[in-house]
Amino acid sequence: MSRPVLVVNARLLDPASGLDRRGGLLVVGGRIAELGPQVTVALAPPGTEVVDARGLCLAPGLVDLRAGFGEPGAEHKERFESGCMAAVAGGVTSLALLPDTAPPIDDPAMVEFVARRARQVKLAKVYPQAAVTRGLQGAELAELGLLKAAGAVAFTDGFKAVADARVMRRALAYASMFDGLLVQHPEEPRLAEGGVMNEGAVASRLGLPGIPAAAEVIMVERDLRLLELAGGRLHFAHVSTAAAVAAIRAAKARGLPVTCDVTPHHLLLTEAEVEGYRTFAKVSPPLRGEADRAAVVEGLVDGTIDAIASDHCPQDQDSKRLPFAQAAFGVIGLQTLLPAALALVHEGRIGLLELLRRLTVAPAAILGIEAGRLAKGAPADFVLFDPDARWTVTEKSLFSLAKNTPFEGRTFRGKVVRTFVDGRTVYEAET
Amino acid sequence: MIGPAMERANEPPFTRQHLLGIEGLSAEEIAYLLDLADGFVELNRKSDKKLQLLRGLTQINLFFEPSTRTQTSFELAGKRLGADVVNMNVSRSSVVKGETLIDTAMTLNAMHPDVLVVRHHESGAVALLARHVRCAVVNAGDGAHEHPTQALLDALTIRRRKGRIAGLTVAICGDILHSRVARSNILLLRTMGAKVRVVAPPTLLPAAVESLGVEAVTDMQRGLEDADIVMMLRLQSERMQGSLVPSVREYFHFFGLTHEKLRAAKPDAMIMHPGPMNRGVEIDGVVADDINRSAILDQVEMGVAVRMAVLDALTRRLRTAA
Repeated sequence: MSRPVLVVNARLLDPASGLDRRGGLLVVGGRIAELGPQVTVALAPPGTEVVDARGLCLAPGLVDLRAGFGEPGAEHKERFESGCMAAVAGGVTSLALLPDTAPPIDDPAMVEFVARRARQVKLAKVYPQAAVTRGLQGAELAELGLLKAAGAVAFTDGFKAVADARVMRRALAYASMFDGLLVQHPEEPRLAEGGVMNEGAVASRLGLPGIPAAAEVIMVERDLRLLELAGGRLHFAHVSTAAAVAAIRAAKARGLPVTCDVTPHHLLLTEAEVEGYRTFAKVSPPLRGEADRAAVVEGLVDGTIDAIASDHCPQDQDSKRLPFAQAAFGVIGLQTLLPAALALVHEGRIGLLELLRRLTVAPAAILGIEAGRLAKGAPADFVLFDPDARWTVTEKSLFSLAKNTPFEGRTFRGKVVRTFVDGRTVYEAET
Repeated sequence: MIGPAMERANEPPFTRQHLLGIEGLSAEEIAYLLDLADGFVELNRKSDKKLQLLRGLTQINLFFEPSTRTQTSFELAGKRLGADVVNMNVSRSSVVKGETLIDTAMTLNAMHPDVLVVRHHESGAVALLARHVRCAVVNAGDGAHEHPTQALLDALTIRRRKGRIAGLTVAICGDILHSRVARSNILLLRTMGAKVRVVAPPTLLPAAVESLGVEAVTDMQRGLEDADIVMMLRLQSERMQGSLVPSVREYFHFFGLTHEKLRAAKPDAMIMHPGPMNRGVEIDGVVADDINRSAILDQVEMGVAVRMAVLDALTRRLRTAA
């Protein structure tokens, strides 16, 4: 185990307990031994590394519900080394990996492969999500029970919706036996088929086939009915429309066990980014119009949307330097997750603690993992960040192998200074 | 030799490097290109049609999607201006073999062409290619996005027959959803002050089509009411087998242009079609051949003149630099 670490002179932020005050944090044996205003250098056992935070924010490490790497099958897009480095540089200390690899994570051996690679790389903690259906084909159930036993934290067919209502019903019912979480990509595939951006005036002018906003809420409403019918626990990934937010809000009011997340790009960007056929703005679900963007911000603020997830999807240059319709979907987002989300705090839309809740303890609770808190005995996964420091996103500043960020050239206010996993420093910003 | 272009040397030149679309062009720029083209129409009717304006310049017609008429029109335009014209047809299969659009652009760039005329089946592909070459690029049609020279030749046809564009009512009928011709025409006609109606079944109209500044009508009779110009679009047969339209005969029944439906339009309404026509699908053969009403062959003639004007305007920068 690493030597003890003492961070002093920090602004301690813990959304789970509501803590927001000056103080220190002591790590012994990779776990938080003590925290609070009473923690000073006097408390440090011999041999402790003392870190003066100089007033920086100290928050639980971020928990990302949804990120994809290229391993196995597309190692040129992202490896565990590069992906986990991007994560910790963004303050993300735990992430739930998507199963759409080649081969997909639909077999317990693949779950173990992910765990082994994460152990080797030893940066962020990587929690595998497994396929709902064999080969992500949407037809036959994967071995959900064995996958869960091997360590899968959730079941999803990744970028594909589980389209068949009967399969979805059975997956929900079957997984309820062991409290398994189903994560749906909410998009009615036949309505969305062939579409490459949000349907509307911009798509019509650019001559690009559109994906109607209704494709999302139709799948959300169907799945909410199936959840009532079958039981289980359901999470909607990357909600992007006002209608879907409203449907989920109503379902929560009825007491259904449903949660959802949103991405930073759907919170901050609109379909206007596609102008000029910018393929770095091609994502699934597509960037929507301003009314939908405002509605997901509202949903995040009022708690309908539980979490913010990066939906990190690395694509190499050859997949993006193409005519828009032929280019691959997806943007990277691990490293920009916190800075992008902080924009909402700077705009006065949400308080800092409430924002951090949606990046830490809330996603950890959805996944059922021990993460996202500053508490005695909790794993010492935390991040030091400067909420006001400005930095500009450039290709060079990104650790991902892929550079497909929609935020290139954007100056963010908020910068990760240092990240700790189990008390070890896994990232330290150059000063 | 004094060419039409030389006579207009005092006018403000068209200073763009590329013609990628009608979007963004001002009414002055459009009028300038049409004036230039007017001069070439007269030249093209003479027996000696050859100018030397583009002598020494190389024009490559790069077609990723076959189109005999458009390619021939551009080839004639280039040759009549004295350019060396090369046709390059890139079939989809060779694209599938792995060479990307940008590879193709780089390869061609190394051959030092002065003008690239590009047709591609994907929206935005021509603009993407233009970012990776040094020469002038003309969009000869990209996906469902734009086909600017078609809109210019339609405008020239209208202006020569009607004497103006402003104030006219133009009905564009047919597959608006997939049509780059419709998009470029809407943009141009709106910029020049015409009123535009689009007439189609809802399955062939783009979402939020009114945002393009047009009125959308699903009843052909009402759509043609008091129209000065009836512009028909081609409907591809694979779209009429139950996916977007139930059948050819149903489509013709409701949207095929017949003399009967045409009665709703102004008595001197002019009929246009970008070609190639599907007789009996979107247009009755009798209407298409009515020399008093149909401007379809005029459009072909204007096409060469307009493309000469575009090539002239885009290469002027090169010629003055030389």
